[in-house]
Amino acid sequence: MTRPPLDYLLGSDGVRADATLPLTWFTLAISIIVCVIIAWLLWVGVRRARANGGAAETVGTPLEPEQGRGLSWITIGLAVSAVPLLATLIWTMAALGHVVGPPRRSGMTIDVTGHQWWWEVEYHGANPSDTFATANEIHIPIGTPVVVRLHGGDVIHSFWVPALAGKTDTIPGQQNIAWLQADRPGIYRGQCTEFCGVEHAKMGFEVVAQPANDFEHWREAQLQTAPPPATPQLIHGMQFTTFRCGLCHSIRGTDAASHYGPDLTHLMSRRTIAATTLPNNPGALAGWIQAPQGMKPGTLMPDQHLSGAELNDVLAYVETLK
Amino acid sequence: MAEHALARPGQLAVGPIGRNGLGYWGVAMLIATEAALFGYLLFSYYYNGATQPPGWILEPAPKMFPAVPNTVLLLASSGVVWWGEKGIEAGRRGQALLGFGITFLMGAIFAAVQIYEWLIKPFGFAANSYSSLYFTTTAFHMAHVIAGLIILAALFGWTALDYFSPRRRIVVSAGVLYWHFVDVVWVFVFTTYYLTPYLGFGT
Amino acid sequence: MRQPAYRTPRIGESTPELRARLHAIWETAPGWRGWLSTVDHKEIGLRYIVTAFILLAVGGVEALVIRLQLAGPDLHLLTPEQYNQFFSTHGMTMIFLYALPILSGFSNYLWPLVLGSRDMAFPRLNAFSYWVYLAASIFLYSGFVIGAGPNDGWFNYVPFAEKDYNPGINEDVYALGMVLLGISTTVGAANFIVTAFKMRAPGMSINRLPILVWGTLTANVANLLVVPAVSLAFFLLWLDRQFGTGFYQPSAGGQPLLWQHLFWIFGHPWVYAIVLPAMGMVSDGLPVFCRRPLVGYSLVALGTVATMILGFGVWVHHMFATGLPALSLSFFSGASIIITFPSAIAVFAWLATIWTGRPVITTAFLFFASMILLFVIGGVSGFMTASVPVDWQLTDTYFVVAHIHYVLIGINVFPVVGATYFWFPKMTGRFLDERLGRWNFWTMFVGFNLGFLPMHLTGLLGMPRRVWTYPEGMGWDTLNLITSIGSFVFAIGVLIFFYNCWKSYRSGAPAGANPWDAPTLEWSIPSPPPPYNFAVIPTLASRHPLWEDRLDESEARSSLDRGMTLDEGKETIITTAMDAEPDRIVEMPEDSYAPLLLTIGLAVLFAGLLVKLWLVAGLGGVGCLAALLLWLWPRQEMRERSPEPRKIGEPAHG
Repeated sequence: MTRPPLDYLLGSDGVRADATLPLTWFTLAISIIVCVIIAWLLWVGVRRARANGGAAETVGTPLEPEQGRGLSWITIGLAVSAVPLLATLIWTMAALGHVVGPPRRSGMTIDVTGHQWWWEVEYHGANPSDTFATANEIHIPIGTPVVVRLHGGDVIHSFWVPALAGKTDTIPGQQNIAWLQADRPGIYRGQCTEFCGVEHAKMGFEVVAQPANDFEHWREAQLQTAPPPATPQLIHGMQFTTFRCGLCHSIRGTDAASHYGPDLTHLMSRRTIAATTLPNNPGALAGWIQAPQGMKPGTLMPDQHLSGAELNDVLAYVETLK
Repeated sequence: MAEHALARPGQLAVGPIGRNGLGYWGVAMLIATEAALFGYLLFSYYYNGATQPPGWILEPAPKMFPAVPNTVLLLASSGVVWWGEKGIEAGRRGQALLGFGITFLMGAIFAAVQIYEWLIKPFGFAANSYSSLYFTTTAFHMAHVIAGLIILAALFGWTALDYFSPRRRIVVSAGVLYWHFVDVVWVFVFTTYYLTPYLGFGT
Repeated sequence: MRQPAYRTPRIGESTPELRARLHAIWETAPGWRGWLSTVDHKEIGLRYIVTAFILLAVGGVEALVIRLQLAGPDLHLLTPEQYNQFFSTHGMTMIFLYALPILSGFSNYLWPLVLGSRDMAFPRLNAFSYWVYLAASIFLYSGFVIGAGPNDGWFNYVPFAEKDYNPGINEDVYALGMVLLGISTTVGAANFIVTAFKMRAPGMSINRLPILVWGTLTANVANLLVVPAVSLAFFLLWLDRQFGTGFYQPSAGGQPLLWQHLFWIFGHPWVYAIVLPAMGMVSDGLPVFCRRPLVGYSLVALGTVATMILGFGVWVHHMFATGLPALSLSFFSGASIIITFPSAIAVFAWLATIWTGRPVITTAFLFFASMILLFVIGGVSGFMTASVPVDWQLTDTYFVVAHIHYVLIGINVFPVVGATYFWFPKMTGRFLDERLGRWNFWTMFVGFNLGFLPMHLTGLLGMPRRVWTYPEGMGWDTLNLITSIGSFVFAIGVLIFFYNCWKSYRSGAPAGANPWDAPTLEWSIPSPPPPYNFAVIPTLASRHPLWEDRLDESEARSSLDRGMTLDEGKETIITTAMDAEPDRIVEMPEDSYAPLLLTIGLAVLFAGLLVKLWLVAGLGGVGCLAALLLWLWPRQEMRERSPEPRKIGEPAHG
């Protein structure tokens, strides 16, 4: 059975989730055992009851006068409960130490900002010019702790990649710190988990964990600006795109430099569009550009109603943003 | 044969005697919940203040005049109203009328001065969360002062109508208790907004 | 007629003449006048119960629509905005308009009966509390019916609730409505507290209070202290929205987390407030069908109080993911794990009561006994979320949704339905139908667990809460379908319950004064009780006045047929707070329109604030003032104008 994308019960793929998973199972096992024991006690206790019951039989059944009996249930019950509770308390504190703060030696630091309803991701390098932004897809090198500084762009969101780590809220006016460290390469699904408005449901993202080399290649590719258009169609497409889409989006290397929506400089390198709502392919992209309100009702991107020719030009140009 | 436990009280008071009655408990409940309300208001102030950079407090050195004399005036009114209540307890209606009347005047002066304070504050209601908290907290207190003034006026009127006697006076005791509460709360509000900046909070 | 200041109460038997006299004194006027002005706690309690059940049904219908929307992936029955209003209104309804009011209803009805009093401490306040609850319910629903219901969940986090992100009137209605509802809760709480301490029959000392009283008392002490937090939070939100203040706005030096602190300082104790009285119902009802007293009475009572005391200190466990320092996380995590202990006391006490008793299966018993299991399931899932690292995975997933439903349905709805089967005969003089009762129980029990047990797994497989839909391939499709089916089965069970109430009210088998052979005071008077409750004020000698001869716990016997008659006016007895020694005779107020008038004034005030017609709001305020003065005007018979008061020791009626 393949694990569901947002599962955190059947496995873990990152250091923090690794430290949490056994504790989750431990508390779950205790919980199930407790429920089974109580259910059994209840069942056996009730099975001794009179067959039919009802008012007449209640009245007809004599009272059980012995007052003292039964108190030992409470003392024994509490004593027995204390053992798993104490164990959980100790384990919780120990696990908390492993997951709470980022290790002192962290590989890199990125900034993630929650917006209604997408994620802005910003990478930094040694020089200020090494900074670039992308959206809804976070690449990290494996085996390295990556510190994620979380910002609230508008309302409160919550940053969650269950296979790697638990949740941390992104709160306006406050910087929270999360950290991710993936054990092995893979694509891990993330999701906003604090209710944030109409499209809270469609505010996913992905974490792509790669070997260090692959990550470096990706990073260098992302640093490039958009390629200049080569054909008349592409030139027209670029002009139209920067004019229309540039109202909200930016494409580095062009006049489009607005930051209301995701950075599109390397849109075609991403696996999904609209915060994992759709796969990133020309058909879906065309549909999304024309009628986002049909696919993600309430999204802040308006329907574009481009003519066929305009749409073709835009698509042709956008497909060069690799 | 087991014996029956039967409560066979002797003389019992009928209705409230002195401050001994349900109404007094009721006002105590009101005060408990209102005290909690002011507690949360002050919590909001300290919480917001503690999480903001310096400069959040728009008046880091609040003026002591007329706030201090006004505070003294309000606290003194608690003593006067207590004296008025003593008048009821002793059956001296004139003393009670005088006490409630003077307390009313002192409370009204306090309210007027506080409104003047609002007018001379160098910031508006919605300047930032500090100013909003300052005006909201003091306005909540003002609402209680006004409620207290209405109560004092009612006590004055009812005393004038000779409704009370040393024994039948729970309304007086409950109303006076409320006025004491209005005064005590002000001490906390005053300390928070006027004194803690001098002690270094938020500055 | 002026009241004498002192009197020796007459002791007598419950004779027909006495009952007729008391009836004439206590009866509410017939017709609409009586209906609008009554202050009878039984009438008010029943109104609470009926209103809360209606709102339960309304909230239930909303839940069914939600479950249809979520039955499969990518369904479009509702738009996202509609979905958000549905789930927010569902939460608001169940948590604020059903869960506490239903318990207030039962306690209002039952308290004077189990305490041996003729009414609550403040009967007019009681009527006021109900009217405001009704007004607030209508107010809060006024947005939803015009398509502008609350849309930010029941805990309504800022900044999403601020005007910048939520420009409609939705959140204004919610904010003001919650402040209005808070007034009802607060005055109700004050009434319960004073009643518990002062309005008990002689001998009903603090260690003889039924657990229902302990639970409701504890809950209402909490309410008195924490409701101001949420009222303030909503009021500040309203100021932010109307006047651009910045309490929660980072751009104006405010703090979004201030909302969460204020809300959860209230919210967590509130969770206990809506389960402790229901646990009390089980503690009092279950032993009747186990034919023995509750095991560990004192421990259960102490556990109730201890739970609430600890409950004040765990609110931050709702905020583990907000970026708090590790020290704070450890403290609140530890406290949240420790709080399991006092709650566990009740579970073992109930189990021991079943095991050492002679259980008789009735529908009420089934609801009470099954509640033990549901309580444990809801408890252990809460225990899992108390562990911070685990909570960082669990929080805001459907695991938490499953948890809250086990708490609210398991520990509130099940006991309440059980309590209805148990006390319906007292309230109406008729039994609920037992055969229908079995159908009722099993459909509710099976439907509930079918719906919500798999939901834990849905959450563990990562489904976030509050999503209006979900894509295919997430592994949640089958589980959600099962939950939707379960919710409909459960709804059928609730329908059977309502049908049974309606049918049995008209034609149920007649029940006598004590149809279950139960031990407590309310069963010593006729069903339904007369307006004055007790013809003579009983004197208690034990916790189980009606079982004394058989339990033989002590030599003394309670005196139920002979006692103070207190028939010279609308009188009852006040006793001392701990030992319940007779302290004073109190004259209860007559029926009054003042509570209704004050409510109307408040409603106008709040409506004026909502639509920003300040003049209307001001008129409402003046109306409130006038109603209050009318209410508080010192009563003629309580004045004492003659200079020489009646001499002490002189008989009342010479």
